[in-house]
Amino acid sequence: MNFDLSDDQVALRDGIRALLQGKYPMARVREGFDRSVFEDLAGAGVFSLRDDGFGWTDAAVVYEELGRALVPGPLVWSFGRAVPTAGCCCPAPGAVLVEHLDAIDDLLVLRRDGVWRIGAADLVGAGQDWPLDPLTPVWRVDGLPDGEPVGETDAAGGLWYSGGVLTAAYLVGMADACTTLAVDYAKERRQFERAIGSFQAVKHLCADMAVRAEVARAAVHTAACVLDDPGVGDRERTVSGAKLLANEAAIANGRAATQVFGGMGFTWEVDVHLYLKRAWVLDTVFGSVEHLADAVAGTLPPPAARALASPDRENRG
Amino acid sequence: MDLRYSDEDEAFRAELRAWLAAELAVLAPQPVRDDWDARRRWDTDWQRRLFDAGYAGLSWPKEYGGQDASPSRQLVFLEETTRARAPYVGVNFVGLLHAGPTIVAEGTDEQKAAHLPKILRGEEVWCQGFSEPEAGSDLASLRTRAVRDGDHYVVTGQKIWCSFGQVGDFGELLVRTDPDAPKHQGITWLILPMDLGGIEVRPLKTVLGSSEFVELFLDEVRVPVECRVGEENDGWRVTNVTLSFERGTAFVSELVDATRLVEDLAPYVSDPAQRRELGHVAAELDAVWALTKRNVTQASRGVSGRGAFMIKLAYSEARQKLGELSLRALGRDALVVDGVGEFVEERLRTLALTIAAGTSQIQRNILGERVLGLPKESSR
Ligand SMILES: Cc1cc2nc3c(=O)[nH]c(=O)nc-3n(C[C@H](O)[C@H](O)[C@H](O)COP(=O)(O)OP(=O)(O)OC[C@H]3O[C@@H](n4cnc5c(N)ncnc54)[C@H](O)[C@@H]3O)c2cc1C
Repeated sequence: MNFDLSDDQVALRDGIRALLQGKYPMARVREGFDRSVFEDLAGAGVFSLRDDGFGWTDAAVVYEELGRALVPGPLVWSFGRAVPTAGCCCPAPGAVLVEHLDAIDDLLVLRRDGVWRIGAADLVGAGQDWPLDPLTPVWRVDGLPDGEPVGETDAAGGLWYSGGVLTAAYLVGMADACTTLAVDYAKERRQFERAIGSFQAVKHLCADMAVRAEVARAAVHTAACVLDDPGVGDRERTVSGAKLLANEAAIANGRAATQVFGGMGFTWEVDVHLYLKRAWVLDTVFGSVEHLADAVAGTLPPPAARALASPDRENRG
Repeated sequence: MDLRYSDEDEAFRAELRAWLAAELAVLAPQPVRDDWDARRRWDTDWQRRLFDAGYAGLSWPKEYGGQDASPSRQLVFLEETTRARAPYVGVNFVGLLHAGPTIVAEGTDEQKAAHLPKILRGEEVWCQGFSEPEAGSDLASLRTRAVRDGDHYVVTGQKIWCSFGQVGDFGELLVRTDPDAPKHQGITWLILPMDLGGIEVRPLKTVLGSSEFVELFLDEVRVPVECRVGEENDGWRVTNVTLSFERGTAFVSELVDATRLVEDLAPYVSDPAQRRELGHVAAELDAVWALTKRNVTQASRGVSGRGAFMIKLAYSEARQKLGELSLRALGRDALVVDGVGEFVEERLRTLALTIAAGTSQIQRNILGERVLGLPKESSR
């Protein structure tokens, strides 16, 4: 029982962080995803971590760094795959929005009862001019072909939970990055002859950001530990909780950072909006906050017939 | 990073589980809230049984009756006692969770020998006399005066919100020994024997309707100099040691208990929107417990993680959400405090969580300034 990063994990984190700082400064991130990003990261071993004997906790450490740097692309769907891959969870029949269609080879369709692969060449889509997240371009595809089955229920579960953990780890990195952006700005920006970070209204926003990121990180690491060793916890409970808190932390921290930056926060130039927009995008995959809260509740004892209360009690009251 | 307990820890768990099952089967019912003598007896009796079975003071030095056990043992102990619904520390709170640890860290050998074994055996109950009517969040502005007279400090002043003051044998007492020094530099930390002359205890009634804390009036109380912990005028540093325990580890058992309360409440929650909220709170409490595990692991390696500054803040807010939800889920059944389970009483009790031991606002200031490095407000 050692619930802290091991020395190897610290080295892994520092290594990937240094690599990303060198290769993916914000100016590069803003150019978006293309095949070279996939090849870079594949070359660094990011997508093959599991095949190379690393655990899900290690992968979570790496994905947190990808999120911190906001490296764009379908990085979670591409995990464990040899070609750039995007995906969608339980698409409804009819038109579907597909991310990064211009840069992928495969699209994975994840449903409860299985996983299907569709070649990108078989998809015709209309590129959308104004995506919510400028770094997540989307295409409208009118109806997905059936594709080729690549896994059954077990594989679907595995992909759902591991995708949830990696997405959550990425979101924690984003939440942490927003905290750093806001705190640095709050130390620097002066109004009323003092740094704005000395005002409690600002300081407390920053403190809450730090708490949300740290609490969510502990949840994500718990969920990753459970994927590595199913005996130490319940997958549904821990993964759902982790993705829920991470998503909420990333969204709330994106909003708080916008506030701390004032008018600058509303500009295209400051990076905060890119984090916030991605956080919104990631709430639509591997379970939304609401869906996941329901999932956690599903692991609790069910409602029981109540001894004391009757439904019309209020009316009689 | 892994969450698997060692085989030795699991063996410890199995033994503890069996022991708890046997002991709890014969435990007398909990006394009523306002019978403090009975409460003291009940709480200290349980502490004595823990001690006799080798489960007291897991993290304390062996030399003073503790177990010098690994942090993972402490986590297993918390998990199992909560699971079994074993009694809470109760009146032993201050002694076990922050006065004792402060003496372990800062006390003289004589002080350790005099107090630590007795706290662990349930023979000595402690209370805390820090806050004053004019010194709450701004604790360092405290005014209770101590004047040195030979081998004694002569103490005069008033303390407030002193939990367990009506049953305490000793108190953690902060006094001003140098009124001319800047406020943080004239404070001294004393052990106050509660049976000294000149101490008056007046119970205060809380929102629970019972008196969970008291006012202390100190009139020329003669406290022996050997009761001083740390140097004269170095009391603020010692206070921060106490607060680090009080805000860091003291309510961990409550946190684990909150996860049990979620399970207890779940059968009463049927509305889908409320179920969703319950799932949300459950996730938050799970995560704060995970952060606690991280903090404990780090502490055992000598690292003081930033989580230490966050756990109380995150826990108290999650717990209050749970409390609000429990009232809404019960509807009009919540109009009777002891009507359905312990939910309503818990809601009332946990109103204090964002106030006691440093309000959430103060926690955010500390986090912003000490952890994030933001500048202090200019007026302070
Ligand atoms: C159940 C319970 C048990 C307690 N037990 C003990 C005990 O055993 N021993 C003991 O010594 N004390 C005890 N306390 C006292 C507790 O530590 C104080 O109540 C607490 O520190 C707040 O002080 P105060 O009540 O004077 O509130 P105040 O300091 O007057 O605060 C009032 C409000 O102002 C806010 N505020 C104050 N200063 C600032 C600031 N700088 N920035 C932003 N907001 C600010 C506070 O957050 C709060 O919302 C207990 C309290 C409770 C509720």
